[in-house]
Amino acid sequence: MRILAIDTSNLVLSVAVADESRLLGEWTTNKQKDHSVRLMDGIARLLESLELEPEDLDAIAVAQGPGSYTGVRIGVAAAKSMAWSLGIPVVGISSLEVVAANALGFTGGIVPLFDARRGQVYTACYRSHGTESLQVTLKERIVLLDEWLLLLSQSVKEEPVLFLGDDVALHRETIIERLKDRARFAPSAYNHARASHIAWIGQRRISEAKEAHLLNPEYLQMAEAEAKWLAKQGR
Amino acid sequence: MNKPNETRYRERIWQTYQEHVRSGQPVCLLGIETSCDETSAAVVEDGTKILSNVIASQAEIHKRFGGVVPEVASRRHVENITLTIEEALRLANKKLDDIAAIAVTYGPGLVGALLVGIAAAKAISFARGIPLIGVHHIAGHIYANRLVTELSFPLVALVVSGGHTELVLMREHGKYEILGQTRDDAAGEAYDKVARALSLPYPGGPHIDRLAQEGTPSIPLPRAWLEPDSFDFSFSGLKSAVLNTLHNASQRGETIPPADLAASFQASVVEVLVEKTVRAAIQVKARQVLLAGGVAANQALREQLSARCQAEGLPLVIPPLSLCTDNAAMIAAAGYISYRQGKFASLDLNGIPGLALTDVAE
Ligand SMILES: [Zn+2]
Repeated sequence: MRILAIDTSNLVLSVAVADESRLLGEWTTNKQKDHSVRLMDGIARLLESLELEPEDLDAIAVAQGPGSYTGVRIGVAAAKSMAWSLGIPVVGISSLEVVAANALGFTGGIVPLFDARRGQVYTACYRSHGTESLQVTLKERIVLLDEWLLLLSQSVKEEPVLFLGDDVALHRETIIERLKDRARFAPSAYNHARASHIAWIGQRRISEAKEAHLLNPEYLQMAEAEAKWLAKQGR
Repeated sequence: MNKPNETRYRERIWQTYQEHVRSGQPVCLLGIETSCDETSAAVVEDGTKILSNVIASQAEIHKRFGGVVPEVASRRHVENITLTIEEALRLANKKLDDIAAIAVTYGPGLVGALLVGIAAAKAISFARGIPLIGVHHIAGHIYANRLVTELSFPLVALVVSGGHTELVLMREHGKYEILGQTRDDAAGEAYDKVARALSLPYPGGPHIDRLAQEGTPSIPLPRAWLEPDSFDFSFSGLKSAVLNTLHNASQRGETIPPADLAASFQASVVEVLVEKTVRAAIQVKARQVLLAGGVAANQALREQLSARCQAEGLPLVIPPLSLCTDNAAMIAAAGYISYRQGKFASLDLNGIPGLALTDVAE
C-alpha cells in the first residue's frame, strides 16, 4: 500500500510517500511560511521525482492538529479533497504524535510541545514500547505550561522526560526549573515533524479511516467567538 | 496557457484541455466559492447554464455573533467542502471526469476562508489532472448576470455587497476597469451599522429594506456626491448623520419613527448609487447596465435603478435573488472566460484577501 503523508499543521511543511516496507521519498522544509502556496506544488514535485502519478496512491495520512488553525486547515482540506477525488481512504494523525515519533525508543516520558500563546501549550505525553509503537499516557490538551509541568513531575515518576518541538526553546528555563535533572532536550532534527512518521503511523491506522467527508481538524479548542458566546449563554 | 512546460501536472492538465477542446463537448466547469460565510459548489455548462448550485449557508451560525467571524467560517468550510462539491456533482448528474476545469475564488475575501476552497480546488485539480482557474470574487458577481442573459459590451456593472461598492466598466469579456469605488464604508457595511443603531438584527440590509417600505423618507440626510465628475462613493458621512439624528433626538427626549429613518437612509444610499450608475452608463455609451452583489437583493435599489434605466433607454440586467448573494455558479461562469482563453492557474495559487479586480485582467 502506497501512502501519501502531509503535515502543514505547524511551522514545518513536510510531505512523504511510503509503502509498507520503506520510505520512498520525503520533502521537509522549515521555511515557516507559505504552506498554502507550497503544499500542492511540493506534493507534485515529490511524486514526479518518484515517477508516480496521483492514481498510484492507495491512501493518504495527514497531521490533523493541533497547531496553527490555518495551517491545519490547509493540510486537512487538501488531504480530504485529494482522497475524496481519488476514492482512497484518508486518516488523520495527531500533530503531537508525529513529533513524538521522532523519539521512538526513548525510555521515559516523551512530551511534544507547541506554543499556544498566553502561557499555554498544546501538548501530550507518550511512551515508547521498544521501537515498535507509541502509546499516549497523558492525552493531548491545551494547558498552561506551569500546570502541565506540575502534572508531569507528579505523573512521570523517577524517569526522564524528553521535551520535543521548536517551541521548547522558548520555555527551556522554566522546564529545567520544574523538572530539574529529569528534563531532557533533543537535537534539533528531532524537534521537527517528519511526514515519514505520519506515513508510518498512517499505514497502521488506515483501517480506522473514516469517509473523507468526515475528516476534520483537531483544534483542541473552540473558536474564541464561540467560546465567548457559549459563556454568555450560561450566564 | 502558452505551452506545456516541464512538470507532469502541466502536461496532464494540458492534455485534459486539448481533449476537451477537440471533443467539442459542452464545457462543464466546477465552481468553488468560500470567500466569506457560504460554502458553495456548482456545475455550470458553457458559462451560461446552471446544472447545479449548492450553497451551504452559515448565516444562522454567524447571526448570533452579529457578523461573520472568520475563524468560525473557516472551520465550517473545512467541514463542508467535499460534501458540498459532491452534492453539486450529484445534482448536475456529472462525474469529475466530465469536468473541464475547476474555477475557484482566490480573492478578495477572508483569507482563512479563501484558503480552504483553494486547497480543495488545487488538490482535486492535481489528483485528477483537471485544469485550475483562479477567479476574482467580484468578477463572479458580475458574471452572475451571464447566467441570466448574454452580456453586451460596453457595459457598466454596479457591484454592491457587504464588502464592496464598485462601478465597473467592461468593454470585453474578462477585462475590467474601475470607474469608481467607495472611499470608506461599503454600502452593505453602512446598512449593517445603521441597522445596529436601530437595534435591528444582523444582517441589517433586508431588515432596513423591509422597515423602509413602511416609512416615508421625511428626515433630511446628506447625499455624498463628492466631486462633480467622480464616480466614487462615500457612506461614512451618511452613517454618522443617521447616528447623530438618533442621538440628538434622544437628547431632546424625542423618538424618531424607525421606519422613517430607515426610509430616509435607504433613499440617500439608493439615490447616489442609481444616479452615479446611470451617469456612468450614459458617459461610456453602455449597451447594458448590470446590478451585482448581495445588496442587489435590495427592493428599493432594484425598483429605482429599473425606473431610471428605463427612462434613459438603458437595458438593465438584475440577477434573481439567489444569484445576487455569494454562490459558486457565478464563479464558474466567470471562470469560463479564462477557460476559453486557456488561462490556467498553477498549483501555487494563493488566497489574496485584498485582490484588486484590475489585477486579474492581463
Ligand atoms: Zn460577494
